[in-house]
Amino acid sequence: MAGVPSKLRYRPFNLGRWLTWGLTALVMVVLPQIFTQGYAITLMSQMGIMIVFALSYNMLLGQGGMLSFGHAVYSGLGAYVAVHILNLAGAGKIWMPLSLLPLVGGLGGAFFGVLFGYVTTKRAGTTFAMITLGIAVLVDTWATMSRAFFGGEQGVSTDRVIGKPFLGITYGPGVQVYYLIAVWCLVSMALMYAWSHTPLGRIANAVRDNPERAEFIGYDTQRVRWFTLIISAFFAGISGGLSTINFEIVTPDVVSLSASGGVLLATFIGGIGFFFGPILGAVVFSFFAVALSNYTNAWQFYLGLFFVLMVMYAPGGIASIIVMQLQLIARKRFWRIAPHYLAAGASGLVLLAALILTVEMTYQLSENSANGTVMNLFGVNFDCAKALPWAVAVGLWIVGGILFNLARQRVARVWGEIQTELLQARA
Amino acid sequence: MNAHALELKAVSKSFGNTAIIRGVDLAIAQGERHALIGPNGAGKSTLFNLISGRYPVSGGKILLNGDSITGLKPFEINRKGLSRSFQITNIFQRMSVFENLRCAVLWSLGYKYSFWHQLKELKDANRSAEEVMEAIGLKGRRDTPAGVLSYAEQRALEIGITIAGGAGVILLDEPTAGMSRTETADAVELIRKVSQGKTLIMVEHDMGVIFDLADRISVLVYGELIASDKPENIRGNQAVQEAYLGTEAH
Ligand SMILES: Nc1ncnc2c1ncn2[C@@H]1O[C@H](COP(=O)(O)OP(=O)(O)OP(=O)(O)O)[C@@H](O)[C@H]1O
Ligand SMILES: [Mg+2]
Repeated sequence: MAGVPSKLRYRPFNLGRWLTWGLTALVMVVLPQIFTQGYAITLMSQMGIMIVFALSYNMLLGQGGMLSFGHAVYSGLGAYVAVHILNLAGAGKIWMPLSLLPLVGGLGGAFFGVLFGYVTTKRAGTTFAMITLGIAVLVDTWATMSRAFFGGEQGVSTDRVIGKPFLGITYGPGVQVYYLIAVWCLVSMALMYAWSHTPLGRIANAVRDNPERAEFIGYDTQRVRWFTLIISAFFAGISGGLSTINFEIVTPDVVSLSASGGVLLATFIGGIGFFFGPILGAVVFSFFAVALSNYTNAWQFYLGLFFVLMVMYAPGGIASIIVMQLQLIARKRFWRIAPHYLAAGASGLVLLAALILTVEMTYQLSENSANGTVMNLFGVNFDCAKALPWAVAVGLWIVGGILFNLARQRVARVWGEIQTELLQARA
Repeated sequence: MNAHALELKAVSKSFGNTAIIRGVDLAIAQGERHALIGPNGAGKSTLFNLISGRYPVSGGKILLNGDSITGLKPFEINRKGLSRSFQITNIFQRMSVFENLRCAVLWSLGYKYSFWHQLKELKDANRSAEEVMEAIGLKGRRDTPAGVLSYAEQRALEIGITIAGGAGVILLDEPTAGMSRTETADAVELIRKVSQGKTLIMVEHDMGVIFDLADRISVLVYGELIASDKPENIRGNQAVQEAYLGTEAH
């Protein structure tokens, strides 16, 4: 895939792997102690789930070169398997500690990975993408038809508090669920990272880059893709199991095309070329989906726009932007370009304000008109049927546009200068 | 082993209505170094593609060490001990030199589709990859992405990937094409070294290289083998001279 950085190995910059993982774990432990509000816990829980989901997706896309439009099939079916098992356990029919439920989701995901993956991974490239889309539509339709397993439109509800408390843990409070998610997230991250350094993981890269040659060094590329997909579906299923615990309800939405699209967006925004890319993407995506959706109904519009901008201007995702800056820092050039970044950022904020104002006023007028034309934005009350707010928006667009364009040219020029310098220094 | 390393029986191949390979019979002994020559478009690469399973044959049989490999997939043939290089460099561009070679040894060392081994713990795989890297003279380029190597380096890596898995029968398709004189000399030495104790079949245009390396030479013209003999006999063969050598300045 073009535009992807050539180095796919994530090197934690000499800090040492243990330090990186240790710090990650520490952050996960400490965060809910700092942000104790309910919605913060909710947000962080969903981030943890999404991280597992996006990383599992990147096993396919980034590592295996398989662009799937139906990855939510595996997380979603994993979630359904988990919810039914949890209900059986709740009814006392089977023994199943809640802590291990994500594993059930994972096995469910893997099972369907074996089944559907056998079909989808027969082919690579565009054909693969098309078949995954077909399977996604199939499962989506199946979900609306089969009430017994999918529970119709309302889905299947459950209660995660089962059995006796263990060491005082009931999994009633959200923060206990957060820690369960955090543990599974960390373990899954470590396992998926380890997977990328196994023979199968490396051969998946080889099959992504040059499937033909892989066949001539002894590898059945269909098998490589299939096995990769099964493992990816397993981790997707784990994220599904975690979401079952977190929401205590599973609806057919979990296997929908928009859920599959979501994980693609998240992964790509974060960056498919680096292991940590999808982690960042998941964090940003969850922020849009959970935090921003509280403030505006147009959050999907903002997310979509962000995605389009990333694909157009930073196809390597947030991760590649960060890595480029780290390289500048390592070569002591970052501070020269930083002021220009600041200028671009500031003028970018003006443009963002213009965008938000325009979108929200349009929304108020078209979709929300029943509630009148008076609205509140950034703490200011105004009437969007009047001319003044629109004039402000136009002004912001013009001023922001001019300033941003200037700053952008500066950044590009200085960036170019630095690159030539570095090239000359090397020669 | 008594069986021939490789045996072709009336092998033919047509693309549409065009017959490209027309009933080729060929037997290559164990440990032989065999050169396949012929004018452009004679079907040499196509013949390699048939032997290695890239294309299915239209007719005939192919035996590897006495066993039929006709109709098998490339990876099945590779696992039976036949490995090939490509006329147009066919490597893993985005991976480092070392990773290219390590990938090429994984199957034959039995790691197959393992997801329970960590690559850096695989001492045998890492050692083999290092050894091949040393042999092809790319030690200094260990961590360079294959895509940015020079042409001659990429050709060396192409050979490295081909031999890394330890296959007993090796097919090289124009390994020295496009190389300078000194690069060619290096490549010949490399081929001599890595084909030690193996069966080698090589498509080559450089007559110097051929007479230097080959135990026997086969001449393919318009999809038919017109001669298969020792180098000195090929040189004196009237039909060959008319069909092929006469047109070659050497
Ligand atoms: N896949 C294909 N489909 C159709 N025709 C093909 C195909 N592959 C090869 N050919 C034709 O078969 C003939 C032999 O091609 P081949 O590449 O085997 O020749 P060659 O002897 O290797 O030539 P060169 O010395 O130029 O490498 C050519 O006419 C070519 O156009
Ligand atoms: Mg050829």
